[in-house]
Amino acid sequence: MIEPKKRAIQRIKLEPAQQLQLENVQRRKFLRGGLTVGAMAMLTGCNLQDGDQVDKVLWAMSRWNDRVQAWLFSGQKLAPTFTKAQMTTPFPFNAFYGQDDIPEVDLPNYSLAVSGLVRDKAPWTLEGLRKLPKRTDITRLICVEGWSAIGQWGGVPLKTFLEHIGADTTAKFVGFKCADRYYSSLDMPTALHPQTLLALDFCEVALPPEYGYPLRVRVPTKLGFKNPKHIVEIFVSNDNPGGYWEDQGYNWFSGI
Amino acid sequence: MRKKSIHPWPVRLTHWLNAVCMVCMFMSGWAIYNGSPLFAFKFPVELTVGGWLGGSLAWHFAFMWLLFINGLIYVLHGLISRHFKRDLLPISLPALKHDLTDALRFRLVHEKGVYNAVQRLMYWVVLAAGVLVVISGLAIWKPIQLQELVALLGGYDIARYVHFAAMAVIGAFVVVHLTLVMLVPKTLLPMITGGVRPIESEKNRP
Repeated sequence: MIEPKKRAIQRIKLEPAQQLQLENVQRRKFLRGGLTVGAMAMLTGCNLQDGDQVDKVLWAMSRWNDRVQAWLFSGQKLAPTFTKAQMTTPFPFNAFYGQDDIPEVDLPNYSLAVSGLVRDKAPWTLEGLRKLPKRTDITRLICVEGWSAIGQWGGVPLKTFLEHIGADTTAKFVGFKCADRYYSSLDMPTALHPQTLLALDFCEVALPPEYGYPLRVRVPTKLGFKNPKHIVEIFVSNDNPGGYWEDQGYNWFSGI
Repeated sequence: MRKKSIHPWPVRLTHWLNAVCMVCMFMSGWAIYNGSPLFAFKFPVELTVGGWLGGSLAWHFAFMWLLFINGLIYVLHGLISRHFKRDLLPISLPALKHDLTDALRFRLVHEKGVYNAVQRLMYWVVLAAGVLVVISGLAIWKPIQLQELVALLGGYDIARYVHFAAMAVIGAFVVVHLTLVMLVPKTLLPMITGGVRPIESEKNRP
């Protein structure tokens, strides 16, 4: 098998240097072919959930992107606001389940729990929240999928609420637990952004079930999935609380 | 006198790194597109990478760094070594007309180490599309922190179309580029080894 091949090469009579160059080229071509076609075929399975080497690199890059985004984030820069005429109607429903599975919240007995690095851990009622200063913005919600919709949310700035409960605002994270199995968290600078709201109203009426009644977090500077609905607990922590989607592989910071 | 290569090593290195980046960016980008299509079609799943939206986004936002750094090195090298000015300029209208007519009649002769006017134009177009794909990509990645950029592109929704259009231009370039390499295979080797630039072509340059 090898002999005739050798003879064929000798018949062309390459200079030793040329021979070496040819072999190098062939090796490089082979390696490149392996890198592109073969490797891509194997890599297409890498999806952040198998725990293989490529997944580890992708997760590490995602953590690096968290840091870059935290650095890019400006606590003063406001999200553009829109007019009522520009609002998206009907506003799309979106959750990790269908509209039939919206959690039922017992409104008369609802209370918001507070825990973690805060001075006052007493739970809050909706009436109590409504007595706090309010802010209303018409902003664009951008989904991680790419679509966006403009809506109006009103409620208590999260910063105001954190001040009321005596939160340690030097802590790193604010976490949220929801009445469905959802959970999410924010970096403290975003939690203190003036447009980050504990939203009680949508389009000037109390939040309807499909938009996260009775309380949702509205963060115009984050992708949609970082705007958890049906909030039942808020906590302040120095350990990253992660999130429902974040823990599966959506970028944690997901700032926009 | 030192022999000059057709493609200096920084061009070859960035070219092949870019090829890897582009495969990853195209495949992950098409998967992201499928999450919320702009047009009445989706890309076949076989042409995507990442498995699900979160995985595809992770690929896209990991390889964007390699693409960006590699692109930056290429552009800086092109400016400092005068590669852009020497090899991709000038493009005169008569030369373009002449070369395009020849090219369409399959009569255009490949001159080793010299880009014809059609090639030069194509390289400028793809470089411009490359810049646009990065700018529009930044805009839709950070539409609030970089809202001035979004406004410049005509808003968030339009910026998504701009990103798609720039991708389509680059994709079209890749198709033509690969077709030409297949038609004139002798151009492939110098992009790997560097090749040797014929000395006389240095003087005959228009």
